[in-house]
Amino acid sequence: MNGIHDMGGMDGFGKVNPEADEPVFHAAWEGRVLAMSRVMTVAKEWNIDIGRYWIELLPAHIYLASSYYERWFRRLENLCVARGLVGRREIEAGHSSGPGRALKGNVLAAADVDKVLGRGSYGRPASAAAKFQIGDRVRAKNMHPRSHTRLPRYARGHVGVVERQNGCHVFPDSMVESGTESPQWLYTVSFDNRELWGPDADPTVRISIDAFEPYLEPA
Amino acid sequence: MSGQDPDHPHDHAHHDDHEHGSELSDLQLRVRALETVLTEKGYIDPAAVDRIVEAYETQIGPHIGASVVAKAWTDPGFKGALLQDANKAIAVLGLANRVGDHLVVVENTPTTHNMVVCTLCSCYPWDVLGLPPVWYKSAPYRSRTVKDPRSVLADFGVTLPAATQIRVWDSTAEMRFMVLPMRPQGTDGWHEMQLAALVTRDAMIGTGLPKSAAA
Repeated sequence: MNGIHDMGGMDGFGKVNPEADEPVFHAAWEGRVLAMSRVMTVAKEWNIDIGRYWIELLPAHIYLASSYYERWFRRLENLCVARGLVGRREIEAGHSSGPGRALKGNVLAAADVDKVLGRGSYGRPASAAAKFQIGDRVRAKNMHPRSHTRLPRYARGHVGVVERQNGCHVFPDSMVESGTESPQWLYTVSFDNRELWGPDADPTVRISIDAFEPYLEPA
Repeated sequence: MSGQDPDHPHDHAHHDDHEHGSELSDLQLRVRALETVLTEKGYIDPAAVDRIVEAYETQIGPHIGASVVAKAWTDPGFKGALLQDANKAIAVLGLANRVGDHLVVVENTPTTHNMVVCTLCSCYPWDVLGLPPVWYKSAPYRSRTVKDPRSVLADFGVTLPAATQIRVWDSTAEMRFMVLPMRPQGTDGWHEMQLAALVTRDAMIGTGLPKSAAA
């Protein structure tokens, strides 16, 4: 979806403000939200792509007015309600009014936490040969799906060069659209800054995205 | 919601945000309510939540990436393996925490400087750098880095030679990127642990440079 989350190239957000000696969490609730979200990945009620999509589904004004972990909190609350795990009234009351239902996955035990601290693996066996090779010129498609996609708007319609083949990965678009992994070849495609931002852009800059094969066509 | 700056919710000095305090405590209450309900339903074990918070506060951080960088600076064989296949190379080190798949280490050279961003959300190599700082997840960083990276570097007080090529990696899938900065001059003969102390988090994202040997 062409949402507010797709920020590459937008103007008007001001300066980057690094914070000296930044703490890991600025308030205790941030850590709880992060950790609860992590625990719920083991429950397998949604995956990483669906989780990202539900952040994108936040209304644009709420997305912009919320801190990072506030977005995570709203996502967690909304997904738990949408999946029928909890009711809004229960959250408002701060107590459960009945037992939970069976999870698709498991309840993460404290003893098993270390097993889930690493990132997941999204590589999958290839079912077809890669369509593009390193060095190929490719155009990012001019596509605007209403659902989830990982092709940023700023790259659409532009020509780049395949720099890396990264194997076949779970395809986020189909995970969200239909709940299927439909693995696709994943390429690192780099673009000249001027191709993306016009002839006046800094010529010393190259930018890459990681693009799934269905995002690309030969150029 | 108040008109709070989305990216600097904790920065009282720069923002006129009178509701900030009450909003935070409101969130604290709402988060606690959700945790209570999820616990009562039997979906989460609060001890697991405690353990995850503790891991990110005390175990997983940029010191992991810094040790990898220092090793690469002192061991050319390891550096070659790291640039070839970072996961395979790091696995050999036997780090306490498992490093996830799809990690790519990109090398800064006298002619090329790398920067990492995620314009669509906030993808970041958590397992080698810890949780990302607020600025990495902020709209200014995510919007500007792919268009005008030199102006972003200026916000960090970093100026590169005009001829240096800048290579920006937008993490739009599950590949994760970490920058291997250049080894500072004047560090010949230094041990890995001394070198690791020069490697800042920002140097591994590409918004900073390592500390100098004299510092």
